[in-house]
Amino acid sequence: MTLQVTRRQFFKLGATGLATSSMAMMGFAPEPAVASVRHFKLTGAKITRSNCTYCSVGCGVLLYSRGDAAINVVDDIYHVEGDPDHPVSRGSLCPKGAGLLDYVKSDSRLRYPQVREAGSNEWKRIGWDEALDRIARHMKDDRDANFEADDDDGNIVNRWTTTGMLAASASTNETAYLTQKVVRSLGMVAFDNQARV
Amino acid sequence: MRGDQINLQNVIARSATQVESPRQRDGGVEKVTKLIDVSRCIGCKACQVACAEWNDLRDEVGECVGEYDNPLDLTPDTWQVMRFNEYEDEQGNLEWLIRKDNCMHCAEPGCLEACPAPGAIVQYANGIVDFNSEHCIGCGYCVSGCPFDVPRISKQDHKAYKCTLCSDRVYHGLEPACVKSCPTGSIMFGTREEMLHLAEERSDFLHRRGFENAGVYNPEGVDGTHVIYVLQHADKPEIYSGLPADPRISPLVDAWKGVTKPLASVAIGLAALTGFFHYVTAGPKEHGEEDEAAVREDDAREREREERP
Repeated sequence: MTLQVTRRQFFKLGATGLATSSMAMMGFAPEPAVASVRHFKLTGAKITRSNCTYCSVGCGVLLYSRGDAAINVVDDIYHVEGDPDHPVSRGSLCPKGAGLLDYVKSDSRLRYPQVREAGSNEWKRIGWDEALDRIARHMKDDRDANFEADDDDGNIVNRWTTTGMLAASASTNETAYLTQKVVRSLGMVAFDNQARV
Repeated sequence: MRGDQINLQNVIARSATQVESPRQRDGGVEKVTKLIDVSRCIGCKACQVACAEWNDLRDEVGECVGEYDNPLDLTPDTWQVMRFNEYEDEQGNLEWLIRKDNCMHCAEPGCLEACPAPGAIVQYANGIVDFNSEHCIGCGYCVSGCPFDVPRISKQDHKAYKCTLCSDRVYHGLEPACVKSCPTGSIMFGTREEMLHLAEERSDFLHRRGFENAGVYNPEGVDGTHVIYVLQHADKPEIYSGLPADPRISPLVDAWKGVTKPLASVAIGLAALTGFFHYVTAGPKEHGEEDEAAVREDDAREREREERP
């Protein structure tokens, strides 16, 4: 259908248009709002103290998560930044630490124990109990077979050189002390952490 | 109205509007400043990562082109980049000059001057220059108005983006994300006074260490900036990947805003007034009886056509 505009209506429309644009020009237009600060995204977040896991410096980090741990909520970390009260880093972080959020959320992150059987090229998910049992079994078998109490000259050495352990670098003193005790008391010699890898 | 969740009451300048902003409560607001000490920067890019993390920006993963600069330039998703320059000094020594490039938050912002959209660019009493994307029309005038070539227009939503100096964090009493992350103390944050003082101290230190031309970069041409640099070679800012020696707002911005725009407004107003007075003096346009009859015939034909099933 064609638009029916009479001559009179056409003039009215034109006059209205002219009036409104003139008023806008003379400063009668509604003023736009002035504020543009983004909503502060940490308001109400739950803060959890933690350590960056990357290297042996062990910078302190604050994990900000949504949800207050109420029964119906699954908490979700959505921001990570340095912990200003941590004596090592005092709130600063390196680029790896500053990007921790994306490691927390990474698709390729290891979430459960996996095993690759001898001869297989596939990783299979297993339970924690099974994993720990198997590790203990392997360690015991290997230590029984290869532990050396004396060297060729008859010196007592009490060493187990065929198995090594990779532990965490970003541990507290207490954790590091206990890990050291466990590993060395078994006679294990090769002992390292990811900070040197 | 859209975009007015927070009424700051301390906006000191707005783009494209002559109406005054509420300023009664600016009295106690201290100006803030970010100090970037180029001599202490190791180019680790923690600031760049912290910026992306805080602002929820995830730029596309690019290609390595054989340079440390990554990404190569600012984008709507990357509000700061580290620019690496290998500079050979007069003695033939190689100096690796690394500059954190982001919005300088000028005291006289060229972007704000150039912007034609009312309220799309604002300047707060604490000195931060912020973009209000709600009002941005994506014209790109801020890009040409900026003496530092900082704003970028998004291809996705056709709006301009740049560093906000974490206006949300600063408003809530925190320092910007980049400042907090810096592991060498190369980026510092505080009141303008404190930072200018600290910058002088650092440049004095560099003098003592043999950098004769060390100094503070706080360009006068834009009335100072709220992001200042300490440079080892303040006499040659261009060697820091093209930091302008004397940044000024382009004269084209003045020509457009200062001369062309009022002239055009006057022309439009005159045209309207002419029309009005012509109507008053000459009266409406007269039509002969023949014309009126033709129109009536047309109308009758039209009605007939519509009444037909």
